[in-house]
Amino acid sequence: MHDQPSVSELGQAVKNFIDESAAPNLTGRAAFHARVASNALATVLRDLDQRPDAEAAERARLLAILDGSNEASTGALNRDLSARIQAGDLTAETPGLLSHLKATTLAQVEIDQPRYSGLKTAKD
Amino acid sequence: MSLIVAKMGSNSDFETRLGALFTDVFGENAALERFQRLSGGASQETWRIDGSDKSAILRRAPGGVSDARSSAAIGLPAEAGLIQAAERAGVPVPHVLRVLAPSDGLGDGFLMTLIEGETIARPILRDDAFAEARQILASQCGAALADIHSVALDGLPPELQESDGLAQIAQYEEIYRGFDVPRPVFELALQWLKANAPAPLDTVLVHGDFRLGKLMIDATGLAAVLDWELAHLGEPREDIAWLCVNSWRFGQTHNRVGGFGQLDDLLAAYNEKSGLKVSARDIDWWEMLGSLKWGIMCMIMYEAFRTGADPSVERAAIGRRVSETEIDLINLLEAAHA
Repeated sequence: MHDQPSVSELGQAVKNFIDESAAPNLTGRAAFHARVASNALATVLRDLDQRPDAEAAERARLLAILDGSNEASTGALNRDLSARIQAGDLTAETPGLLSHLKATTLAQVEIDQPRYSGLKTAKD
Repeated sequence: MSLIVAKMGSNSDFETRLGALFTDVFGENAALERFQRLSGGASQETWRIDGSDKSAILRRAPGGVSDARSSAAIGLPAEAGLIQAAERAGVPVPHVLRVLAPSDGLGDGFLMTLIEGETIARPILRDDAFAEARQILASQCGAALADIHSVALDGLPPELQESDGLAQIAQYEEIYRGFDVPRPVFELALQWLKANAPAPLDTVLVHGDFRLGKLMIDATGLAAVLDWELAHLGEPREDIAWLCVNSWRFGQTHNRVGGFGQLDDLLAAYNEKSGLKVSARDIDWWEMLGSLKWGIMCMIMYEAFRTGADPSVERAAIGRRVSETEIDLINLLEAAHA
C-alpha cells in the first residue's frame, strides 16, 4: 500500500486549506467553526505523532501499578484501575498513583490542548 | 408541537408581534426599528430590539418553544422571577420589563432592559479599556455574591431545585457512569471529594454560573449579573469557587478569581457583607468539584456528537477539552497532598 501523501501530510494539507483559503472567506458562526476545525486537525496531527509512545509508557506504568497481565488491553487495565480507585483500594496516598495519572494526563493534554494554562502549572 | 411551531409562524409574523410588544411596553409613540439576534446562548435566544430611543433585550426559548430536554435549566418565567428577586436584594441585574404572555404570540420568554458592556472574557482580561475594572472586579463580585446569597428564600419560584455539594457529586457521578468510559482521574476526584466533604453551610440562593461570559462588565466593573437559568438552592461557597475554576480564568491562571483578581479581595468584600467567615481554604474543595463538573459537562456536550444529535465540529472537538479539567484536578489533588 502507498502512503504518499501520508495521513499526516493529508491532514496538514486540509488544515492549510482551512487556514489559508477557507477561513479568510468566512464570517460569523462559520468562521468560528473553521477555527475549531483547524484546531481539531492540529490535535489529529499531534495525536498521530505522540500517541504511540505515550500509550506505551502509560501501559508500562499501568502494568506496574496493577501487577497486571500483559494479555490485558490498555483499555481493560484502565477499567481495572478505575474500579480499584472506586473501591478505595487505591487512593491519592497510594505511592505512584498520582504520579502515573499526572504523566498520563500531561501526555493527553500535550496532544489535546498544548497551550492550556493548567499544563504549564502542572510542569512548573 | 407542530401546532406551536405554526403559531410562531414566519419571520414577518415574528416582526409584527415584536413590534406590538415593543409599543405595548414603551408606549404608543414607540415604534420598533431594528431587531437582531445576538450571538451566544445556545440554550436560549437573545434578541436586541431598538426603536424610538428605546432599547431592550428579549430572551426567549429557541423558536419560542421551551425545550423539556434542558432539565437543569429552570425555565424562562422562573428566571424572570429570580432576576426580579435579585434586583430587590440589590444585585446589579437588568430590569425585567415584561414576562411574555401567551397573547404576545412570541412563546416563552421575557423582555428586559439593555445594559451596555462586554461579556467576552478575552477583552475583559486584556484590553486597556477594562484596566480599572479589573482592579475592583473581585471585590465587586464578592459584594454581588453576598447580595445574591441574601435573597429571601420564601417566595422564590417553585422550579428551583435544592442541590448541595454531595447531591451534585451524586448527580454528576451518575451521568459519568452512564457513559461507561473509565477516566481514572475523575474516579480519583470523585472518591477524594466524597471522603473530604466539608459540613454544609446554611442554604442560600445560588446563581450557579457566576463567571466571565455570564457577567456584563463595563469600564467601571460589574454592570449586571446575567443568565440565571442554572440557579438553585445550595451552598454559598459553590458560587465563589465556580468563579475560581481554572477553566474560567481563561489562561490568566495566576489570578484565581476569574483570571482578573485575588480571592482574598473577593472574600473580604463577601465576608463583610454576608457576615460569614469564608476562608480561601474553604474554596479548595468546591473548586475541585467545579473542575470535575465542567469536565463531565464537556463529556455531555461531546456525547451530543457521538450519538449523532449534533454533528458539528464544535461538539466533537469539546471532547478533547475534558483533559484540561483532568490536569486541573491533578494540580488540585497534588496541592491537597503536598
